[in-house]
Amino acid sequence: MDPRLFTAVVVVVGVPAVLVGYIYATELGLRLAPAVWRDRIRPWFWLAPALLLLAVFLILPTIGTIVRSFQNTAATAFVGLDNYVWFFGSNDALIALRNSALWVVFLTVFCVGLGLLIAVLVDRVRFESVAKSVIFVPLAISMVAAGVIWRFMYAYEAPGTPQTGFLNGVLAAFGIDPVPWLTIDTLAFNTILLIVVMTWMWTGFAMVILSAALKGISPELLEAARVDGATEWRVFRYITFPLLLPTIAVVSTTIIITALKAFDIVYTMTNGAFDTDNIALLMYKTLNDGEFGRSSAVAVVLLVAIVPIMALNINRFRAQEAVR
Amino acid sequence: MTAAQTTKPAVANTAVGSQPSPAGKITLNFLVILLMAFWLIPTIGLLVNSFRPAADVANSGWWTGLLSPQNLTLDNYATVLGQSGLVDAFINSLFITIPSTIIPLFVAAFAAYAFAWMSFPFRNVIFVAVVGLLVIPLQTTLIPVLRLFRDLGIQGSFLSVWLAHTAYGLPFAIYLLRNFMGSLPKEVFESAAIDGANPAVAFFRLAIPMSVPALAALAIFQFLFVWNDLLVALIYLGASNPENLPLTVVIANLVNSLGSGWHLLGAAAFISMALPLLVFFALQRYFVRGITGGAVKG
Repeated sequence: MDPRLFTAVVVVVGVPAVLVGYIYATELGLRLAPAVWRDRIRPWFWLAPALLLLAVFLILPTIGTIVRSFQNTAATAFVGLDNYVWFFGSNDALIALRNSALWVVFLTVFCVGLGLLIAVLVDRVRFESVAKSVIFVPLAISMVAAGVIWRFMYAYEAPGTPQTGFLNGVLAAFGIDPVPWLTIDTLAFNTILLIVVMTWMWTGFAMVILSAALKGISPELLEAARVDGATEWRVFRYITFPLLLPTIAVVSTTIIITALKAFDIVYTMTNGAFDTDNIALLMYKTLNDGEFGRSSAVAVVLLVAIVPIMALNINRFRAQEAVR
Repeated sequence: MTAAQTTKPAVANTAVGSQPSPAGKITLNFLVILLMAFWLIPTIGLLVNSFRPAADVANSGWWTGLLSPQNLTLDNYATVLGQSGLVDAFINSLFITIPSTIIPLFVAAFAAYAFAWMSFPFRNVIFVAVVGLLVIPLQTTLIPVLRLFRDLGIQGSFLSVWLAHTAYGLPFAIYLLRNFMGSLPKEVFESAAIDGANPAVAFFRLAIPMSVPALAALAIFQFLFVWNDLLVALIYLGASNPENLPLTVVIANLVNSLGSGWHLLGAAAFISMALPLLVFFALQRYFVRGITGGAVKG
């Protein structure tokens, strides 16, 4: 028998058993403590496993990376801002930064725009649930698989030979010469095409949430406007859309973070060739080259880009808690 | 009975809605079907290609395969499953994913219960910090964690990715579960306390059974996240232990090395998609509820 199977079974059964035992043991142990102390100590025991893991794998490493970004490759000396000077002086890094900005803007606009459009449209057809499943399902597959799938959309063969890519197949049907899609870096066209792949995956996410919010709008409100003679467009523009705005904000923050972290698709489809690098991929590449100082600096740039969103998230959460 | 129930709202809707003209209705249906076609075509293309012989895949578009269905074959799947370590990678993916899905559920449930139903100093501050951690890109943790694994001597082991995935999944898990558990009726826990049940009993006998929908949603998310992950596996397993690599990394490597082996890639990708799609279609309800619960609420 595969020894790994044994290990896996031990882990799958053993670790939860230990964790459950830990909670019961805490309770037994607390009986020894004076009654006043029990309720004060207990929460910390319940939180300890989570806080420990968060500290070891998220909080301390993030601080470590920030410190590391001011050190040289071997972490033997502090080099001040050298790694950042490299970043903002390197053409490749600046292209990656530009592309990440494009990812944020276009992925958000595409996903929210299409998600909203589809949510509104499917709300009025009988096969709504089927249509939603079709749009939603790419979210379940890996970006690696999505990259493979879309390779056959963008594939390019020399003019005059049969095309294997769908887009060039369509062009060929109209007698138009094939286009080498992913190599066109004019106006970052190829980066936009990579964003399209991610849009294909994430529109379903925006659609599902916006659709749920849409169904939460009172029909009487919309009907009142219609009775007053408002056109469908005006009802949408002046009632539906403003009511959806808070939800759009929530969806947008999630998609912005996804866009900043986008790595797999670029790695699988172009690996950064033809100026399609982005921050997440650059971070991986410098790490892979053993340039730990520079790689940390790239990660910190990514972190700095995300901090405002974190602040927004926390503010929104606070506002919500105040309502509760 | 059911027919009456389903037609009723439809009638009500058209009465309430602005009575679209028949032409408008056709346009609307056409548009939605067009969008569905846009979404399906890429996947259908790969699916068709995964059943076509190598020579056909390399020399003609997948749509021509639909014209000659007699050429379709299972050879690619047989080849892929027979060689190239794909079966091993599939098993590795399972080994990585199952513990990485189960362990965080327990750890997060304890913390979420404490945040929801126990009072302690700095409770809100700590919880807000966890909400803040939701957005931390795991890229910012890679280098120090990699070093930690090296120092501990577990670099490249399954244990390292189990720990990493557990920790990375925690902020969202705690957030979702705390929101769900916090909305459970207070009276239940109060009367349990009056009956002399200690918090451990109240947690396992009441809170956990009542939180099954949220736990299910979370399990699906974490499963899909880990199964589909590329970066964590690439960094923590990739260089040091190629034998433990999951499907995503193996397929990504195939993409960059195959060149002429495109026919195998389609089959490999579909094998990797099989399990997520199964989970998705079987448990779509929980999945959607998890997303809307996590996002509309928060």
